[in-house]
Order: sequence, then structure tokens, then C-alpha cells
Amino acid sequence: MIAGQVSKLIGSRVKRKEDPRLITGEGKYTDDVILPGMAYFAVLRSPYAHARINSIDTSAAADHPDVLGVMTGAEINDRCSEPFPLFAILPGMQYPERWPMAATKANYVGEPIAAVAASSRAAARDALDLIEVDYDPLPVVTDMETAGDADTPVIFEEMGTNLCYEASDQAGDPDRAFAEADGVVEARMEQPRLIPNPMEPRAAVAEYERSSGNATLWVTTQNPHIERMVAAKMLGMPENKLRVIAIDVGGGFGCKINTYSESIIAVVLAQEIGRPVKWAEDRTEHFVATSHGRGQAQYVQAAYKKDGTLLGMKLKIYADLGAYAQVISHVIPTLTPSLAPGVYSCRDIGWTTIGVFTNKIPYDAYRGAGRPEAAYIIERVMDLIADATGKDPVAVRRKNFIPKDSFPYETPTGMIYDSADYDAALDKALDIAGYDDLRAEQKAARKDGKLMGIGVTVTTEVCGFGPAAAMGGLGGFESATVRVDPMGKVTVLTGASPHGQGEETSFAQIVADDLGVPFEDVEIIHGDTSIVARGVGTFGSRTLVVGGTAILKANEQIKEKATRIATALLENKLEDTLDPQLVTLEDGLFSVQDMPDQYVTWADVGSEAYDGQLLPPEEQPGLEAVSFWEPPGLTFPFSAHIAVVEIDQDTGEVSLKRYVSVDDCGTVINPTLVEGQIHGGLAQGIGQALLEQAVWDDEGQLVSGSLMDYAMPFAQEFPMFELDRTVTPSPVNPLGAKGIGEMATISATPTVANAVIDALSHLGVTHVDIPMTAERIWRVLQTHGRRRRGGRS
Amino acid sequence: MIPQAFDYYAPTSVADALRLLRQHGDDAKLLAGGHSLLPIMKLRLSTPQCLIDLGRIAELRFIGEADDGSLAIGAMSTYHDIKNSALVQARVPALAEAAGEVGDVQVQNKGTIGGSLAHADPAGDFPALALALNFELVTATARSGRTIAIDRFFRDLLTTALRPNEILTEIHIPALPAGTGVSYQKLPNKASHYAVVGVAAAITVGDDGVCTEARIGVTGAGATAVRARNTERILKGKHIDAAVIRRAAKRAAANIEDLNDDLHASAEYREHLTTVFAARAIEEALSRAG
Repeated sequence: MIAGQVSKLIGSRVKRKEDPRLITGEGKYTDDVILPGMAYFAVLRSPYAHARINSIDTSAAADHPDVLGVMTGAEINDRCSEPFPLFAILPGMQYPERWPMAATKANYVGEPIAAVAASSRAAARDALDLIEVDYDPLPVVTDMETAGDADTPVIFEEMGTNLCYEASDQAGDPDRAFAEADGVVEARMEQPRLIPNPMEPRAAVAEYERSSGNATLWVTTQNPHIERMVAAKMLGMPENKLRVIAIDVGGGFGCKINTYSESIIAVVLAQEIGRPVKWAEDRTEHFVATSHGRGQAQYVQAAYKKDGTLLGMKLKIYADLGAYAQVISHVIPTLTPSLAPGVYSCRDIGWTTIGVFTNKIPYDAYRGAGRPEAAYIIERVMDLIADATGKDPVAVRRKNFIPKDSFPYETPTGMIYDSADYDAALDKALDIAGYDDLRAEQKAARKDGKLMGIGVTVTTEVCGFGPAAAMGGLGGFESATVRVDPMGKVTVLTGASPHGQGEETSFAQIVADDLGVPFEDVEIIHGDTSIVARGVGTFGSRTLVVGGTAILKANEQIKEKATRIATALLENKLEDTLDPQLVTLEDGLFSVQDMPDQYVTWADVGSEAYDGQLLPPEEQPGLEAVSFWEPPGLTFPFSAHIAVVEIDQDTGEVSLKRYVSVDDCGTVINPTLVEGQIHGGLAQGIGQALLEQAVWDDEGQLVSGSLMDYAMPFAQEFPMFELDRTVTPSPVNPLGAKGIGEMATISATPTVANAVIDALSHLGVTHVDIPMTAERIWRVLQTHGRRRRGGRS
Repeated sequence: MIPQAFDYYAPTSVADALRLLRQHGDDAKLLAGGHSLLPIMKLRLSTPQCLIDLGRIAELRFIGEADDGSLAIGAMSTYHDIKNSALVQARVPALAEAAGEVGDVQVQNKGTIGGSLAHADPAGDFPALALALNFELVTATARSGRTIAIDRFFRDLLTTALRPNEILTEIHIPALPAGTGVSYQKLPNKASHYAVVGVAAAITVGDDGVCTEARIGVTGAGATAVRARNTERILKGKHIDAAVIRRAAKRAAANIEDLNDDLHASAEYREHLTTVFAARAIEEALSRAG
């Protein structure tokens, strides 16, 4: 048990050991890979959202002097033994087969049509312009709410519908709750689609050895082992002949979970031309080639009592899956009703989740994946009830909290919340914000005709995935190999594949404390399927919780064997036999009880483990342990956030004045890493509330197709974030950790939305959709009347 | 994001640049800071055969005083140069300020005043200031050159009075009459940080408190930056008070035909923003006047 133990490194602000490498350009990203004889490829993408492909003429491209090979979609697909596999198939779900490329019909703008390999990146790009494709444009489906209607064109004729699934269920008795209610609030809420935009766009490099049939794929992935499993299946290769490497990956946020067409194309082209090939997405390509996130229309009704009690909810959720389902993307919308009760005791909930296909790039997990959508619903509902009952939003929340003595708590939707104390987090946030003073300030501001708003949320989310049952066939475990070498230094191989989270540091902290070795003596290796034991990967804020625990489990084996070896060494030293129970490891020294001067070090033990001359006959050499660990349950971090905004009533511009973020992720290994996750998470969540949205026209063209048109926040738009935390360890893993990768993103969007709506509430405004752009707010002000400007002329 | 192949020249004198321009004619594009041209080339929306980079012509990068006492700025002076020039800060502080508001640090380090004006992006910041400050644009051609008044410079979307054989070499900013205040106010596009709408105002007030001169430049609202002449007319000859500002600002979009209507703002909202930022620019210019 680490939780509660007095430790040296866990909980301290150790500087990220990966940073010197990354900030001095010594990182090894996929696009840094250069192989002898390497060629480059480029991908021709559909300019139409929906079009039949009549013919493709690649002859001019093939004649280009620098071109080494051109392959059409049909040719690439023919080389695959099966389409993209899907995991966690939902009951009654219908879905189209998806192959790496469009062969006869393109179903979204950006779908791969053909690929060209050439001796330079520029030549490959030039050759794309020489490919002639004859298309017949088809009717386009872009609206998720009407996609399933009988008179909407069907994208996949073989399915006969655009409906992937429509799943209705309920917990408790929502009809009774609504019958007993004093009132009902309702709203239609939009979750626009978002474009992930990690710092590093995607890339793939493939090398194929004809003599052995072995292939190596360097790729920007969050989960190399899943990538290998999927790609090997599709390519008809045994897994042990495909090596996937992802050493440094510059962010993912979910969009690098999927195995993309380019991985398959890369291997096939390398086989075809007999040279290694590289593809690297540029930012503009990223907008149409890499999965988007969010994208829901939510119809929400909530029944309440006059005292502010939430009695029940009825939800209808449309999810825009885009043209295809991928990996487990179709499951993401189902997380929304599962988490809809949030931190509240509401027991009666009915829901319908409708996943539809449209002519858009597929959507997938994006930081939060289904939970931000849920937190948004319930936290808006709390404010709607506060508004309807005339109560303070804080009071309404407290009234409905799941009491702190009810954990573990099973929600009506079947989630088992591990541990929490929502009042404690809220108290802290209110205290930091000076909530009562803020309300007084708001009152005064309104008197002066100014628009100031305060948003409060208390949210939870689910992470730390598995166990296996929660993973739909991907596996719910993580692996760790811990190796002590003859110098007593430690190498850890983790199956989780961090891509910016800093686990090279936090894992080393755990190992250093647990084994009593210096932090500097621990090396963390990840992201290579030929080196690292099978793992699952980094997503759903699982890496520390699951991967960190796997390391502790491997350490247990290491410590046991090391203690036996130390006993042998001490016996030799003392020329006496010792009860192994009397040899203990403390501060990195193995010593005999009551004889602190008689000790051996990790170097002594490591050396003997391989030298082996003093090992007892029943002991085999080596000091290495592999452990696979699957958690018994999920973790539920939680948070209380407060935002303060001001609105310029002339322009509708929202400015964020303060942001208080109190987060509880259980045991904190490294506060700096946790704060980094919160800062980045807040930026993304606030961006969603105020700025970000993917916009399509009726033809299915992405209008917001570049960073000149798709607004992401700049640091200068934020105040200094005010961070604090409570610590409620999780009982489901020995670290007591809960995961912090997504919490702040999930909370920030409804917090800022609530603040903006609060600023307008005295004008009769109860809901405004995100993103709350200046024009959108200005329009609200036009329809709800403006108060006289105060102070200025 | 790889442009089509092109030839690249980097002349070190205006004379050489003009010679190259004559030689390559319509196939050539002049490259200044490149922050507008290179992105559209990378998207292959623009595919010039040849680029003539003006970046190594030292004579185009200076900030000084012209013979007539006007502030003279070489066309290849960057926003960074302008923002940090003591002379600009002393003579037209609002211009130095605005240079620090353009794009981000990278854009300020590479983007140039000449490039901005010659490219004539409808949402560029400097075109509005150029109109308010009555820029005179000095050009060179193989034969001689000319001076173009800013009021005759912006012709249409991305189109100026510059001829294909002509290079913008320097910008003269006439000395501001005593009692002049200048301000530039904009709503930045949250993605590109170009102006959704930006308004520059230069207001001159006499000792008696009466407005003797007002020049208002509006960017972002229409196909080109334009002067808000109706607004100027209302201000001139009056003691400017809140009521006058309100009335004048209301007319700021009156002479803009075909307001831009796009993803970032509707025409209706842009029209409204024009009046809001006109009022703000006038208010601040006035507070700086005298």
C-alpha cells in the first residue's frame, strides 16, 4: 500500500525527466525517423462529402520521374484480408464495412482515394495533382437529427438506413418522478464537433523486409499494441511479424487511438515499392484526415421539486458518428447517459441514445469522450433548476449531492463511484473564489448596467479503464516489466504508451520510492511492441492508475527475489545462516534486523543476480519481473470549478476574469504534472465553451478547415488559473490514484457556459449554446434587450 | 502544404528587383514578409512560377524622416521594427501600438508594412490606419516611380493601384497637425487574429475644441478598407461630445457596400461592430487629441 505511506518522491514536484530531451530537439517523433532509401507518400483525398467514384486514372502520376508507385483505393484494399475491426459492438447496432480507402464511393471529404510514393515529399505532393478521378456527386447527409429520417438519403445502401443504433433504457421510474415534480425544466443543448489538433500531427513510417516478411511501423499512436493488433489483422500478418514503434508522440487527446488508413497504406506501399516509406500529415490535412470529437444534440428534461431537488431526467441524445464507426467510437455516446447523474443522487432517469452516420469524417474519443457531454447536461440542469426555483446554484447542488458516507456508491445507471467528498471540494472552491463577495460584486455590477457572471460546477467522470468488461475486447489491463541490472539500476518497460503525460517522470518516482533507488537510476521505456510486454495504451486517464499499479506489482516480485539474493549475500558475509524474514529492504539497503551495519545494496544484489556464484541452488539467475494488472473497478475523480466572466454588451465578447479549479484525483504523484494536466484541460474546455466548433456547409465541406478559421484559445485569453485540490484516495488501486487527464476539460465547458448564462440571467436568458462566440451573445442581447450602459458615455 | 515548384530570386537592390520583375512579368510575385502569400502558395491556391524576395534589399528597410518632414518608413520594415521605433513611438504612437497588435510575435517579426498594404487583405489592420493617417505610397518602376495617395490605393478585394511592373518602396506619413489624436480599435478574429472589424480614427481638434479634421479608416467590413466619410463629415466642424460620437459612429458603415458575411461574422453583426469600434476609436482619438 502506497497510499498514506510516508514517502520521499511521491507527491513531490520532480521536474519532468523527458523535457530536456523534448525541448532540445532530441525527441524521437515519427517524422524524425529517417531510414536508408526512404521514400515518401502522399494521399489523394476525396474533395466530395459523398460521391461515386467512376474511374481513377493514375497514368500521368505514374509517369512522373520521381514517382515510385501509385496505388488506388481498390488496389490497397485488395491487399487487406479484412476491413477495420470494431470493438464493443452494441446490441442491434448496424454499421458499414470500412476498408482503408474509398474504392467505389467516397463518404466524407478527406476519405483516402489513392496514394503516391515518390523519392521526395514534394514530388509525392506534385504527383497527387496528376491523378484524375471521375466522380458523380451524391446527395449529402450532414444533419445528425434528420439523418435517420425516412426521407433522408441513405449513405450505405446495404444498410438501408443511416441509423447506427437507437438505444432506449431507463433507471428507476422517470415517469413517476415527472408526475411527482413541482416543475420541469427543459432545453436542447448542442455539443459542436471539435477538432483535436495535438501539437504533433499524425505520421507513419513503414519498413518491410521481403526476406523475412517482417514489417516495422513507426506511427503516432496512443496505443502501439492495439495498433499492431488491428493492422496485423487487416494486413493478414501474424502479430509477431509486425513491430509498431511510437517513442515520442506529441499529444493525442484521443485522436491517436484509432488505427488509421495511412498505417495500412504505409505497409502496403513499402511492400510494393521495396523501400521504406514515410507519410506526415500537415496541419491542413489534419483537419480532414484525423478524427474529430464531441458532436451531439441533447434534448434534456429534468423534473424538480420546489426545494431544488432533482427528481428525474429524460434525455434524448443524437450523436454524429460521421461516416464510419471506428474502434469503440460508437460507444462514446453511451457514456453520456451513464454519467448523466453526475455527483447527484437522482435515481430516476430515462434515455434514448441515437448514433447516426453522416457524410463527415468519423468522430472518436476527444479528451473526455462522452463525459464532457454528460457533465454539460447535468451541470446546465442544476443551473436551470436554480433559475426556476430562484435558488442559488450552490445551494441546489449541495441539496442534491451524493452524501460522502455513501461510497462506494452505485448510480442508477450502473456506475460504481469509488470515493468522493463533493462538499469538501466545493467548500474549498467557494472559499478561494470568495463566492459571497463575488455575488455582491455581481449585484453592484448589474446596478451599473454591467454584465458579470459566475459559473459553478461540481462534476465527476469515469476513468482508469478497465476492467476488461469496460473495454469491449481491447483488454482492461496494463503490463510492466521491471528489470534490475548488475549495476543495480532499474529499467521499467510499460505497456501504457504515454504521449506527453510525463509518465517517464511519475513512474520513475513510484519506482524510486518503492524500491528505494535514486530517481536518476530509473529508466522508463515504452512504445515498442517488440521490446515491451503487451499493453493496452494511454487513454481514458488510465495510465498512472493501471500502468502505475502494474509496476508496483512487478516490484513486489522483484523485492521478494532481491531479498532472497540479499539474504544469500549477507549469509556469505556473516558466515552464518539467516532467516530470510529478518532481512528487510529500507531506503535501498537490504539489512539484517537489529544489525543496521550489515547490509548489501541494490548493486550488490543486481551483480549477484547475474554473476550467480553465491546463489542458493534453488535460485535461478536474473532479476526481472513482468506483471499484468487489471483493476477491479473504475475510478471517479471529481472537481469543483468556479468561473467569473464579463460580457462586453456592445460586442457580445466574453472575457474570462477568474477561474478556480479544485480537483480531486486521489493520490497525487507529482503536483506539477497534475497542474499541467489541469491547465491544458482547462484551456481545451474553455476553448469549447467560447470558441471552438467545426462548421460544415450543406455540401459537407468543412468550412472551418484551418487554424485561420477554427479558433483555439491563446494563452493570453486566460487569467492565471487558481488551482487547489482535495485528496480522496481511490480504494480500487494500491496507489490510491484516480487519473487527471480529462477532469478539467470536462468541468471547464459547463463552468464557463454557466458563468456566461448567469451574466445574462437577469435578462431572462436561461440557455445559450456553446461556443459562446461574440456574435452569438450579441444576438442574445438583441432579443433579450440590453440594459443601459453604465459608466461610459 | 507544399507549394508548387517555383524559381526564387533574392535581389539586393530595388533596381535588380525591378529588372527581375520586368524579365518575369506575370509569372512573378514579389515576396515581402510572406505571411499572406506563402500560406496560399502552400495550399496551391496561388502558383507563381517565380518569387522575387525583397527581404535582402537593405534600402527598403528603414524608418526615418522625409525631406518634407513626414515620417518615412521603408516598405520592408517589419511590424516589429515599427513597434519598437522610437521615432514612430514619438510621432504616431498609435501606429507603433497597432503594430504590436498585429497577429502574433512571429507575424510581427516577419510581416511588413509594405506587404500588408500591397496585399490589401480586407481584414488587415494596417489598411485602416493607412487611411486614417493619410499614407502616401512611394513606388518605383524601371523608368521612375510615383506617389500614390492612400485614398486612391485600395481598389477591390486584394487589389490595389499598384501596377505589375511597380514596387512599393516607402510609405510617407504626413506630420500630424497639432491637436491630433489617433486610435485603432478592433474585434480580433479569435482564430486568425485578423480584424473582424477594425476602425482607425485620426481626429484633430483646434484650440477652441472644434474638430477641424477627422479621418476614419474601416477594415474588415467590406472588400477593401474604406474611409467612413459620412462619419468624418458629422464630426468635422463640431465640438465632439457623446451625442455627436453616437450619431457619427452610427453612420460608419453607411458607405460600405456588400458587407462581408462569412463564418466569422454576419453582415449584420459587422455593420454593428463598425459602429461600435468607430465610436471607441473616435472616443480614444479624441482623448489623445490636444
